[in-house]
Amino acid sequence: MSTTVIPHDLEPHPLTGMYNGKFGIWLFLASEIMLFGALFSTYVLLRVGAPPGQWPAHGSEILNVPLATLNTAVLISSSVTMVMSWAALKMKKFGSAQVWLTITFLCAGAFLVVKYFEYTDKFHHYQVWLNDPMPVGGHEVTTIKGHLTADSPKLECSEKTGAFNIPEYVIITPDGDHGSSGHGEAVRVEGSKIKRISNFGPRHSPYLATYFTMTGLHGLHIVGGMVVILYFMLVGGAIWKRSPEKYTNRIECTGLYWHFVDLVWIFLFPVLYLL
Amino acid sequence: MSGHHDHSHGHHDHGHDLPFWRKYIFSVDHKMIGCQYTVTALLFLFFGFTLMMIMRWQLAYPGQAIPFIGQYLSKDIAADGVLVGDGYNAFGAMHGTIMVFLAIVPLAVGGFGNYVLPLQVGAPDMAFPKLNMMSYWVYFCGGVTMLTSFFIKGGAAASGWTSYPPLSVFASSGQTVWLLGMVLLITSSLLGSVNFIVTTVQMRAKGLSFFRLPFFVWAQLVTSFLLLLAFPPLEAAGVLQLMDRLAGTSFFMPSGLVFSSEPQTHMSGGGSPLLWQHLFWFLAHPEVYVLILPAMGIVSEVIATNTRKPLWGYKSLVYSVIFLGFMSFIVWAHHMFMTGMGTTLSTFFQATTMVISVPSVIVLTCLILSLYGASIRYNTPMLFALAFLPMFAIGGLTGLPLGLTASDIHLHDTYYVIGHFHYVVAPGTIFAMFAGIYYWFPKVTGRKMSEFLGKLHFWPSFVFINVVFMPMFFQGMAGLLRRQYDQTEQLHGSIAHGLTKMSSYGAWLLALAQLPFIINFFYSMFKGRKVDANPWESTTLEWAAPSPPPHGNFDKTPVVYCGPYEYSVPGKSKDYCPQHVAMEA
Amino acid sequence: MSHHEMSVEDVKKHVRTYIAVFVALLVFTGITVGVSMLGQNQGWTVTTAVLIALFVASIKGSLVACYFMHLISEKSMLFGILALCAFFFLVLLLIPVITVSDNVGVH
Ligand code: HEM
Ligand SMILES: [Cu+2]
Repeated sequence: MSTTVIPHDLEPHPLTGMYNGKFGIWLFLASEIMLFGALFSTYVLLRVGAPPGQWPAHGSEILNVPLATLNTAVLISSSVTMVMSWAALKMKKFGSAQVWLTITFLCAGAFLVVKYFEYTDKFHHYQVWLNDPMPVGGHEVTTIKGHLTADSPKLECSEKTGAFNIPEYVIITPDGDHGSSGHGEAVRVEGSKIKRISNFGPRHSPYLATYFTMTGLHGLHIVGGMVVILYFMLVGGAIWKRSPEKYTNRIECTGLYWHFVDLVWIFLFPVLYLL
Repeated sequence: MSGHHDHSHGHHDHGHDLPFWRKYIFSVDHKMIGCQYTVTALLFLFFGFTLMMIMRWQLAYPGQAIPFIGQYLSKDIAADGVLVGDGYNAFGAMHGTIMVFLAIVPLAVGGFGNYVLPLQVGAPDMAFPKLNMMSYWVYFCGGVTMLTSFFIKGGAAASGWTSYPPLSVFASSGQTVWLLGMVLLITSSLLGSVNFIVTTVQMRAKGLSFFRLPFFVWAQLVTSFLLLLAFPPLEAAGVLQLMDRLAGTSFFMPSGLVFSSEPQTHMSGGGSPLLWQHLFWFLAHPEVYVLILPAMGIVSEVIATNTRKPLWGYKSLVYSVIFLGFMSFIVWAHHMFMTGMGTTLSTFFQATTMVISVPSVIVLTCLILSLYGASIRYNTPMLFALAFLPMFAIGGLTGLPLGLTASDIHLHDTYYVIGHFHYVVAPGTIFAMFAGIYYWFPKVTGRKMSEFLGKLHFWPSFVFINVVFMPMFFQGMAGLLRRQYDQTEQLHGSIAHGLTKMSSYGAWLLALAQLPFIINFFYSMFKGRKVDANPWESTTLEWAAPSPPPHGNFDKTPVVYCGPYEYSVPGKSKDYCPQHVAMEA
Repeated sequence: MSHHEMSVEDVKKHVRTYIAVFVALLVFTGITVGVSMLGQNQGWTVTTAVLIALFVASIKGSLVACYFMHLISEKSMLFGILALCAFFFLVLLLIPVITVSDNVGVH
């Protein structure tokens, strides 16, 4: 619209070696480091300050490590396809760049689908905390983890707190060792014996709260990245025709963001799943 | 600073072909965006002040109906015209939030930074004009979000501008709106800071090396880094508090919590209220430097111009401001001495706090020494800039006892604190903002503001603002606690309550003292004396552009030949050498 | 070095690096999972597990940053900014947790 020419819009500045957009995206990523930094700080503070037993000794007690490993591989792949797209543009091969971009998009989608299964699994898994110990499968226990059977009454949420109201009774199939389901016989627990009941959603414990918040925010970053990638899949041709250099730069910036999202996951994965 | 360009000045203004909404509303021109920020922020400043004037009535005359306005307030805020406790809390929380995040930061950074910084570095615009427009509109949405919270059930956020949990987690839904508003405001600041840094680093005119940058640009650059790196943790904290409020998590909720005599067994517990305080103050201490650094920048420009001398110790100023920015990240827990923090860490933060006062004192010293031996022009901008110096000094020095653990035990959470930081932000920053408005008004409109009205604005403001805040030091040292709805419960009609009344009258008179400014602002916009491009005979690049600068700013891309403050160079015919003019050998 | 004017040959060399990094990342992912399971069986202390996991993650992270994000060929200005950011990151990570363990309420 205007005749204003912004210096270093395309030309790298001799001091930074970067054009404006690239420098800008790096600064943005610096702020993102502080954003996730605060969340990692939260994780460390809550975990170190927790009384013994409140946090799982190992993430795999609650979370699905094989699925997360698969997701790690998927995300790493998407990172390499992203950088391949940029390399293709550098070699002036627009067609193959768009193919790489599309694969990146699909990988991101696959990541979210896996995440969806992980999440829903948690929401169908319950824990009951008891007022007094009771015998289950030959042990005295104060808490039972497991799945509610079909004839267990439906749980209702309190309007005030959003948490489940204590039901009249529940019928729950306790988990076997190491969280595998379906072991043992279903037990019936009267409401009068229940102190608290929750699924393995965010409100379950500080650990799951951290897990859902961190992976949720990371997931939102994935969605944001997908929107941008989709945009370039659709209108990339037009931009490329106008200015191949500009388009290459935009893909480079998108790539920087995308690799950062990958990088965050590289740290989230061991911290949440493997420790 | 005005929202209007004079149409008769439309030379080579390509913006003229644009439809109204592209030119004035969704404009991508940094100057128009700067004006939008300024006007919006001034309105919020006025609104935040109004809230406080109402609260000051309750403090001066507890339990009596608020005159004029009381009857128009909703029942949740004022019953029969008398401000109720919840209303007082909501007003207090919103006063703080609005003043800090919606008034001063947008004015200092969004307004002045946007308008002046690209001009001073000799750039045609910001590096990312569309992003710049977005920053403004995200800020605008954040502001509107904050305001709507007054109208929802339960009223606006009332847990203080600090929003400490667990209180804030149990608070009514106004708090949720507050958090959403904050997320928008933080996002806006982040986008803005990226733009400022890239513009400053990459778009400086030829010859404009870093040590030739005007001090104002340095101040804005450091401020941008503070916004960039300190704001995200508060954004994260905001998300965590939203999770606590909406998803039932316990990030900030300790185990075994009892609320309204009900044990909170439905939540997992295991969280930490102190976590919020850490994340909040990790932002909020750098934030006070965000409030003060641009003010220092403006004051330096005004002082250099009106003393007709180079700033004393330009390099010390620059290094101080960089060091200040760095240190401001490692002092935050001096707000938390009273949370049971152990002695080791208290000592650490006490030490860093003492260290950070050194560069502030250096800045102040340089500015005061700059005055020495000068033949000063006492125009309105200079008066405000001169007043800034002692006011900021009082604000800064009274901060030291708060940074020492022993004296903080007594002073924490009293009116002394209120007095301290208001001296920094009100007679300090706000006066600097006024100095900036009077100083750059001719650049924005091509007209000067009236000197007579300006002085009529300055002198009463200077007197009354001290009447407002000076008593607070004494009240605080006497132990008067802040955030109190009815001070008489603590004061029992003692002399300290007389001081409260004095302070309240000061606030209302201070409001009256702003009338000359408002009249001056609008009058001068249309009828002020027309002036040329460089009415103050300044050296920095913004004065090389026409007034008002057209779209793209400069008629001819400027090249810089010398430092920013070449005033009264011996052997020159004029007493100033503009940066863009090659010096005759 | 800037990527501004890169020949096709240069890019091809880059591509080979990307593939090598990709394989390395997959291998390290396997290693970190394997080591974690091993540690669980052997009953390693939390400290050991944390150190190993963070060590591997740091290697992976550096690979991504250096090669995919080309950090290795950027100029020192960016390093300065990122170093500043890393320092504040550590401050933010460590100081809050220290205040929790050094709180008078704890003793
Ligand atoms: C010049 C007009 C102003 C007046 C008369 C004024 C007055 C006051 C008073 C009396 C309080 C204490 C309320 C209480 O403890 O119940 C207060 C609180 C506060 N003010 Fe102002 N103020 C002014 C300007 C500002 C500005 C410019 C800022 C910020 C940049 C600001 C930020 C705050 C904050 C953050 C609080 C909350 C303190 C707390 O949490 O206890 N105020 N103000
Ligand atoms: Cu502070």
